[in-house]
Amino acid sequence: MSRFIRNQGWVAGLFALLIFLFVITKLIQPGYGSGDFGSLARAVLPYAFAVAAQTVVVIAGGIDLSVAAMMALTSVTAASMMNGATEEYALFVVPFVLAMGLVLGALNGVLIVVTRVPDIVVTLAMLFVLQGAALLVLGAPGGAAAEWLKASVIGTVPVPGLPDWADAWVPKALVLLVVCLCVVWIPLRRSRLGLSIYAIGSNELAAFRSGVPVARTRIIAYALSGLFAALGGLSLTISTGIGAPIPGPYLLASVAAVVLGGVALGGGKGGLLGPIIAVFVLRLVRTDLTLQAIDPNVTAIIEGAIMVAVVMFGAFITMRSRPAGATP
Amino acid sequence: MTDIATMPRPVSFGRRLKRFMADRPLIPLIILLIVLVVILQILRPGIVNERWLANTAKFAIPLAILAGCQTMTMLTGGIDLSVGTVATMSAFIMATQIVNQDPTVAFLLAMLPAVLIGLVNGIGVGVFRVHPLIMTLGTSLIGTGFLQVYQRTVIASGAKIPDFLNWLGTGVTYGFPNALLLFVPVAVLIVLMLNRTGFGRLLYAVGDNERAARLSGVRYWQVITALYILSSLLAGITGLLYIGLIKAPSLSLAEPLVLPSVAAAVIGGTSIFGGRGGYTGTIIGALILTVLTTLLTILQMPEGGRRILFGFIVLFVTAAYLRIIEDR
Repeated sequence: MSRFIRNQGWVAGLFALLIFLFVITKLIQPGYGSGDFGSLARAVLPYAFAVAAQTVVVIAGGIDLSVAAMMALTSVTAASMMNGATEEYALFVVPFVLAMGLVLGALNGVLIVVTRVPDIVVTLAMLFVLQGAALLVLGAPGGAAAEWLKASVIGTVPVPGLPDWADAWVPKALVLLVVCLCVVWIPLRRSRLGLSIYAIGSNELAAFRSGVPVARTRIIAYALSGLFAALGGLSLTISTGIGAPIPGPYLLASVAAVVLGGVALGGGKGGLLGPIIAVFVLRLVRTDLTLQAIDPNVTAIIEGAIMVAVVMFGAFITMRSRPAGATP
Repeated sequence: MTDIATMPRPVSFGRRLKRFMADRPLIPLIILLIVLVVILQILRPGIVNERWLANTAKFAIPLAILAGCQTMTMLTGGIDLSVGTVATMSAFIMATQIVNQDPTVAFLLAMLPAVLIGLVNGIGVGVFRVHPLIMTLGTSLIGTGFLQVYQRTVIASGAKIPDFLNWLGTGVTYGFPNALLLFVPVAVLIVLMLNRTGFGRLLYAVGDNERAARLSGVRYWQVITALYILSSLLAGITGLLYIGLIKAPSLSLAEPLVLPSVAAAVIGGTSIFGGRGGYTGTIIGALILTVLTTLLTILQMPEGGRRILFGFIVLFVTAAYLRIIEDR
């Protein structure tokens, strides 16, 4: 019970931090309005999917270094398939790319299970492989995205019964994010499979002895991670209109947000909500720094320092709350 | 029952061979290296000559030193992903400061960020117990930010490569690359330190069983802090060597070496979970990776295909190596 309170407390604290940051943003820039919130949601989209991809695997007791490379590969695949194609063709591209992410993620899991090589090495090797594949698909940034897909993250969702001013605060990108995550996460969390994922992350041996199919669960966790990464890649293509074969800074960002979101790196603890709020916090800090007209390079330093400080603080708290003498 | 236990079981040749290799883990690695060189010679008869050997050594040395940083940190169950940024920083600072400063001052200025990043890494990992992967990724992000800000302050003064570094990085004396003058002492020091000194034993002890090491009076944070500072210093020196080899200061100079350095240590048989491995294997691992890169270049494989193959080979070698070791 106390653990439950502690975990929920962490998420609640994060949420309070997010609100606090919004207040600060409003103070810095009195004109900060719904339009800016919409662009924040758009900027968060690929990060949020990367974080979701990392979260699933970390909860299962692993780590996925190939998240950013997977996003790059799915992004260039989508962009080059949609290049010069009809609008309807994109209806085929989206499921194809998602299936590709699922299969490649499952490949990660299968390799870990079959070769028995540590996950960190397998996903590192897959990082090379996926990066290479992305370069083969598209040598330089290019490609295109279907108009209806691009439109799907711009603007707001008209909610019946809401006045216009409130409606403006419901950007399509945010709705898309929430829907995609909920469709996958909520059924998973409530199913036997979700429980198995937490179980193998918490104590693999105990899970095995209680009859959890450890190998299969691990493969499925990595497949889901691939699916989320593919969603992230798609959202990259959609929001930029092109695909870029060089992976962005999503690996560090995803790990930092996972830790900031209260998911223990050892596995078995935490949920998806914390990391997603953490992504918003990190992006909003960046927005604030930009609003203060700080040099973008200095922003990168401050952002990195914040991430490191937060991770240090989180580790410190976990260390203090643990009974003395226990191993990490 | 005693019958079975006392009866000498017939041992097949395959098992004996496996056991022999498990006792001497370097032998399969050396065989692999020789096989790669033979393949190279068959594909391009006459390529393996004195000049080729010197060239391979020149390119393998920076990789091998950075892989030494990985080996030492991996022995304690950590990893140092900031080596690329540290090497780039010291190289870039050296190349820009040498224009107006005394070489000694420039050298000290170049080593300053290395020590600082190592110190922050060490405190984060040793005192606050942050996961080394995240800590070093974070500091490398901060370092890159600082470097970008710094770059604009020196854009007017230009950069030049000191003659000495040129000589050290590229020069060849009597068929031996001058870089060996730096590498041989470094390698001997690392090997001696790991095998013969108390500090080396502490690294193995901490990585093998941290709790036992603590209970026997090891001051964990001091060991870890010293280790990460040492690792960063080595990375900084590698940066100076590497700029003499590449001769073009850029902001992503040594970044492409980071993942191969991890791969070299892993191929060399150092366990990523700590407590097992050594530097000799890592050196051979670095040589294998360098020869492999040459091989793939000669096969005229596109950059993407090269990375894919590289990833699969890292994975395959690690898996094969684990099979051999496991039988012990």
